[in-house]
Amino acid sequence: MEYAIVFLPLLGAIVGYICKSFTKLFSEIVTSIFVSLSAILSLIVFWNGIFNNSYGNFKIFEWVSSGNFVANWSINIDPLSSIMLVVVTLISALVHIYSIGYMSHDPHKPRFMSYLSLFTFSMLALVVSDNFLQLFFGWEGVGLCSYLLIGFWYKKETANNAAIKAFIVNRIGDFGLAIGIFLIFFYFGTINFNEVFQSVSQFSEKEILFLNFEMNLISLICIFLFIGAMGKSAQFLLHTWLPDAMEGPTPVSALIHAATMVTAGVFLVVRCSPLFEFSQVALNIVTIVGMITAIFAASVALVQNDIKKIVAYSTCSQLGYMFFAAGISAYHVAMFHLFTHAFFKALLFLGSGSVIHAFKDEQDIRKMGGIRKKLPYTYAYMLIGTLALTGFPFLSGFYSKDAIIEFAYLSKSSLGNYAVFIGIFTALLTSIYSWRLFFKTFHGPYNNKSIPINDTHESPIIMLLPLLLLAIGAISAGYVFKETLIGHNSSEFWKSSIFFLEEIKHDYIPLWFLLLTPFLVVITIPVSFYYFISNTKILESFKNTNLPLYHFLLNKWYIDELYDSILVNPAKKIGLFFWKKGDLGTIDKFGPDGISKLVKIIANKAGKLQTGFIYDYAFVMLIGLSILLTYLILI
Amino acid sequence: MNFPILSTLIFLPLVSSLFIFLSKDQKNNASAIYISLFSSLATFVLSLFLWYSLDLNSPDFQFIEEKSWINDYIKFKLGVDGISILFIVLTALITPICIISCINSVKDRVKEFLIAILVLETFMIGVFCSLDLVIFYLFFEAGLIPMFLIIGVWGGPKRVYSAFKFFLYTLLGSVLMLVAIIAIYWLTGTTDITQIQEIKIPREYQNLLWLAFFSSFAVKTPMWPVHTWLPDAHVEAPTAGSVILAAILLKMAGYGFLRFSIPLFPAASEFFTPLIYTLSIVAIIYTSLVALMQDDMKKLIAYSSVAHMGYVTLGIFTLTKQGIEGSVFQMISHGLISAALFLCVGVVYDRLHSRLISTYGGLVNYLPKYSFLFLVFALAALGLPGTTGFLGEFLILTGSFQKNYIVAMLATLGVVLGAAYILWLTKRVIFGKTNNEQIKSVKDTNKLEILMLVSLAFLVIFFGIYPYPLMETLNISVDNLITNYEQSLNEINIAKNDQ
Repeated sequence: MEYAIVFLPLLGAIVGYICKSFTKLFSEIVTSIFVSLSAILSLIVFWNGIFNNSYGNFKIFEWVSSGNFVANWSINIDPLSSIMLVVVTLISALVHIYSIGYMSHDPHKPRFMSYLSLFTFSMLALVVSDNFLQLFFGWEGVGLCSYLLIGFWYKKETANNAAIKAFIVNRIGDFGLAIGIFLIFFYFGTINFNEVFQSVSQFSEKEILFLNFEMNLISLICIFLFIGAMGKSAQFLLHTWLPDAMEGPTPVSALIHAATMVTAGVFLVVRCSPLFEFSQVALNIVTIVGMITAIFAASVALVQNDIKKIVAYSTCSQLGYMFFAAGISAYHVAMFHLFTHAFFKALLFLGSGSVIHAFKDEQDIRKMGGIRKKLPYTYAYMLIGTLALTGFPFLSGFYSKDAIIEFAYLSKSSLGNYAVFIGIFTALLTSIYSWRLFFKTFHGPYNNKSIPINDTHESPIIMLLPLLLLAIGAISAGYVFKETLIGHNSSEFWKSSIFFLEEIKHDYIPLWFLLLTPFLVVITIPVSFYYFISNTKILESFKNTNLPLYHFLLNKWYIDELYDSILVNPAKKIGLFFWKKGDLGTIDKFGPDGISKLVKIIANKAGKLQTGFIYDYAFVMLIGLSILLTYLILI
Repeated sequence: MNFPILSTLIFLPLVSSLFIFLSKDQKNNASAIYISLFSSLATFVLSLFLWYSLDLNSPDFQFIEEKSWINDYIKFKLGVDGISILFIVLTALITPICIISCINSVKDRVKEFLIAILVLETFMIGVFCSLDLVIFYLFFEAGLIPMFLIIGVWGGPKRVYSAFKFFLYTLLGSVLMLVAIIAIYWLTGTTDITQIQEIKIPREYQNLLWLAFFSSFAVKTPMWPVHTWLPDAHVEAPTAGSVILAAILLKMAGYGFLRFSIPLFPAASEFFTPLIYTLSIVAIIYTSLVALMQDDMKKLIAYSSVAHMGYVTLGIFTLTKQGIEGSVFQMISHGLISAALFLCVGVVYDRLHSRLISTYGGLVNYLPKYSFLFLVFALAALGLPGTTGFLGEFLILTGSFQKNYIVAMLATLGVVLGAAYILWLTKRVIFGKTNNEQIKSVKDTNKLEILMLVSLAFLVIFFGIYPYPLMETLNISVDNLITNYEQSLNEINIAKNDQ
């Protein structure tokens, strides 16, 4: 069964693509069925895990063995991977079904579907790995599929560039991950998770000299692993690829850039909790980066106009939440937020997809508005998604996000206090930009000049059905799984897959604190409606008086420009310099070309010496003789 | 052990090239093509048989053949172990693929071209079998001649310049090696490497001799800064020439380091490790940046070869199990991948007669099968896990991290640059809009091309997921290499302490 979960999507990808001309819709149906089967089996595995406690490690075969560097292809089912299996296969199955409708006009559907399935396979290989190397395989595998899917519309220049950017920024993260793995192998002599985690405590005091700094070994490993996680999860400074990745088709954004791939970084940190627990330094870095990302992305999302980019920045920001949860050692809460976030963020993306579909690929929210009556179902689903994201009471986001803020409060460290403040403030910003998106899209006047309002239409049933299921998840996932995943007895579920040095105690929390965030979230709804719809002039004048701030946010803090000017362009210039001046101008000029030229010149000169006149030769002989004689006499 | 399987392997292509020479001239050269194809396939099967019958649990050389050649001083001595067998199989695999590729791309003097390739095969297999320095030198240098002709006769417009550059560079390096071989003979009284290893070259001579060998191997690898012949040679060489050059000729130097430099001069190898590290790192980063800016596809792949060989030299001189196994694996992997990439360039060159990246773009619209295969090899070249490219690099980096973490980190940086230039190439050639009207009328890959590329793609992915056959072959031989190296270092240190 475990084998089937992992390999069904791969089989679907191959069969679906090779037999694409078999019948119409063949690859769509095959891939969807295979992934759905895999989702059902994952649910069974998850269920068995909770109630029958049946976990295990299945070795497929040995992959690499070089000295004591050994890695297996394996399927490791434990509580952490089982919950990831459910998230990945379930969202993937829904996205597959949704794509049948969304991509119905695209001539390359089979390719699209098999990429999606291939992605699912890579992601599964990542989460069920029992060693760092297979994790790395999945890690780069999902990067590849992300690259292929972002660049799916390969005729678009922007899509191609975005795809390359995504891959390369991820590679920078992978650089960190690889160094982390090398460090682990060097000191632990193994790259198997269990073996590494069991011997962590022996190394917890070890200090090594790194670039002339005395560093704690575990901290160093964790920092490098975290660089990998930052790349994949689009954390601040390595986030630039995520908004650009929105060039890909919307189902891709929902699956890869919201629910699954980008959460791989969080998964990595949680998976390595036995390492991170021994390094307060690394945990603090995780918290700080998480906080910065949360607030940075939320601030940028406030002013963006592309519907998908807003949701993308929102994803970035929510990933920040997950990281600072992990950073204050609340790994299970991070996983819980990952779990609920997958539902409502996929819902928001697919809902946006439905809106974009209705507007025939228009993504600018300034050119939308007032279509709630035309798209009633989409409207309802987006409403649910928005409520869940902002943390409206009793929807899934409420349980997970407030839990993060509460745990930050309970952690009783000074960093925890900052995290509380940032958490609440970001929740406020989240609420504002979410409602801005929602109101500007569905309320107010109809702003699109090129498409008459009557041409907009509700999406077909095949797209609405997955939305319905996701909406159910977004409403109930928090309430249903709260006790199991983060309740008082959650350790019964997580067992040894998450490691705490000392668990955060469920202390008394003042009532006003519990009510603060929901209050802010609820109050922003009418406020946003007033500012974004009823009276837009106030905001407009505010924008005009604070233009520098507005542009700073609109241009995403100018980070892309910064990278272009300090990294991309210099790299190209140096490359050109090395080629023209180094290879051609120095090595070739003074090397082979120079020598052959020199030989030629000398040969010419030597040739001219042979004049053929006897007195020339006699003269040379005379000089030679006199030198010889002088030499002999002097000695 | 009576049947001289190694000699058969070496001389089978040479003998069959004689048959081609004697075969009748025909309009489509069918008989020449069939003879060469048949003989190279026979060689391949024989090499597989050799691999199969090799005892992997023994660290010694096997299938040894020994004949006295010049007055009992210089012996014609052949033998294989777990390291060399992989290169022999690689050579025997690449040659038939080259011959198939000629069918489409070489139009004039086909017979002579095939003869050159088969003669080259003989020399290349000879290099990987020799256990005597003189024999090795002969095969090593003789290989230059057919390659020189392949570039000089069937090459592009600047072929003469490139051929001479190639020849001069490699010959200059080799002359020093010849001097070193003579010196070794003078010191030890033999050129048989197994005997030299027992006699042991005195510590004080090792450094100079090592440098002499290094000068030859560094040019062949090619290492920075003596790499500039490679892009020119590749650009001007015909497809089959590029394939052999990249896949096999470049590997002879890496093999030379493993077979000669390290076992014969262990102390010098240790002494010069920092030099190798520096040059490798420069090669990796410098050439990756240069590759980024190329506008000629073949040049770009040639520069990427230099970078990839930088990993190989780095891995070999880590002298760790992972490093050396990774290096051999990387050489095999690069042999398959770069061969495939040059074949890919050849496919479109045959159709549009341009190697410039700007000629192409949007190929995926009109050549979907080709684009798919190109993408597979491009991804393998940037070291995607699941392909052979990844394992080689990763093992090398793991190995080098144990010796020097700064070197390993810089080399890992090269992986990022590698992704950059390969993906940018892919984007400009395969994706994007089709601007060139000619592309629209171009036909997709034919069956022969698919056969070549798919078989390479299969191997790249198969060994990426299941490298066990290769690793198992290497295991004992590499262990043996490292043990011997460490033993002789210990002995030297003990001797030093005694003084």
